[in-house]
Amino acid sequence: MANFRAPIFRGASLTARALGLVACHRCHLLCRQAGGPAHCPRCGAPLHSRKPNSIARTWALVLAAAVFYIPANVFPVTITTSLGMVQSDTIMSGVIYFIHSGSWPIALVIFVASIFVPILKLIILSFLLISVQRRWQWRPVDRTRLYRLTEAIGRWSMLDVFVVTILVALVHLGALATIEAGPGALFFAAVVVVTMFAAEAFDPRLIWDGMEVPNDRED
Amino acid sequence: MTVHPIACHDCDLVHHLGEIPLGGSARCARCGAPLNRPKRDSINRTLALTITGITLYLVANLNPFLGFRIGAQLRETILATGIYQLYQQGMVIIATLVLITVVIVPAIHLLSLLYILVPLKMNQVPRHLTRVFRVYLLLKPWGMMEIFMLGILVSVAKLGKMATIIPGLALFAFLALIFVLAAMSATLDEHQIWQTFEHQSSEAHH
Repeated sequence: MANFRAPIFRGASLTARALGLVACHRCHLLCRQAGGPAHCPRCGAPLHSRKPNSIARTWALVLAAAVFYIPANVFPVTITTSLGMVQSDTIMSGVIYFIHSGSWPIALVIFVASIFVPILKLIILSFLLISVQRRWQWRPVDRTRLYRLTEAIGRWSMLDVFVVTILVALVHLGALATIEAGPGALFFAAVVVVTMFAAEAFDPRLIWDGMEVPNDRED
Repeated sequence: MTVHPIACHDCDLVHHLGEIPLGGSARCARCGAPLNRPKRDSINRTLALTITGITLYLVANLNPFLGFRIGAQLRETILATGIYQLYQQGMVIIATLVLITVVIVPAIHLLSLLYILVPLKMNQVPRHLTRVFRVYLLLKPWGMMEIFMLGILVSVAKLGKMATIIPGLALFAFLALIFVLAAMSATLDEHQIWQTFEHQSSEAHH
């Protein structure tokens, strides 16, 4: 498969903003900025050169997710009643159950999706936010890659929410066995949704804006 | 050769893209983000996959996806009853989240592509193309059927020792649907859709 490095605008590396243009977030049409329309003339999406208040919004969502992460791991996600015996499981005790029963691949999948990925996402987003605020010059290409990674992996954390749903739906046999969703499930779902919004709120172009000459920034 | 300017959505660098041969792809010269990858026969292929997807979607949602036998009791669940079960337990938010990500968003994806592609196939531009396609792009990360499928596998592993699990018809439809949905978004050429729209509407003005 052929791979092309796209030619740069007239040999110089110019951003759309430096040229007075705005790229539409949805359909990628380049539009004129100066007093131009607030909406994309092609697809009608609102136009912004950068996502508005990206840093503040992303920080707020990252912090909210970090707060939710604690009850998500402390409270049980499932409460199993089997022949009068009640057992509460947190995400971690679910992982330990699979390790003990010898299914370590499943234990690994749950651990990665439910515990590792959310934490990783929060760490990466915090790191990117600090790097943008401090205008670090360190490896912009890798930082952009880190951003794309967080965008791609975040949704997989929904796994545990779905497992709880399926268990609750299936195991509903009256006195014999019942599984109910615990409060941890709700907080965990909140972590996943809020981190997805946080990744969406962050604007990777800020990484590159920070690479330009200081005092060049208008906002 | 037509050249059109495009800004990288990850770093805002402006590129002048020429014609990209089929099977090729353009990446940003500065940050490496994919800019454009033309797809072969995009409208026909995506439309075929959309119609397949709608069929599978109906099968997946109207049939039991798992049966669960413990002692003499057999319990079969279709997707909707599982979500209803959560509502009854007061987990309204989680139930809504599952409903949106596994039932509603995939349905919107399939129907919006059908709405866009059928007229395009007949060389017409659907009236609300821009609005519908924008919704499609906006909702893209929120369709989570493939993750739900993985959830089914984990649940089966969890319950396997406790009871007998009987895979239902919907489970197979689900499995097939995931691949169809993935293929559908792989064959869809977003640039081509916008360009067709631009082309047709500029012709209408002349």
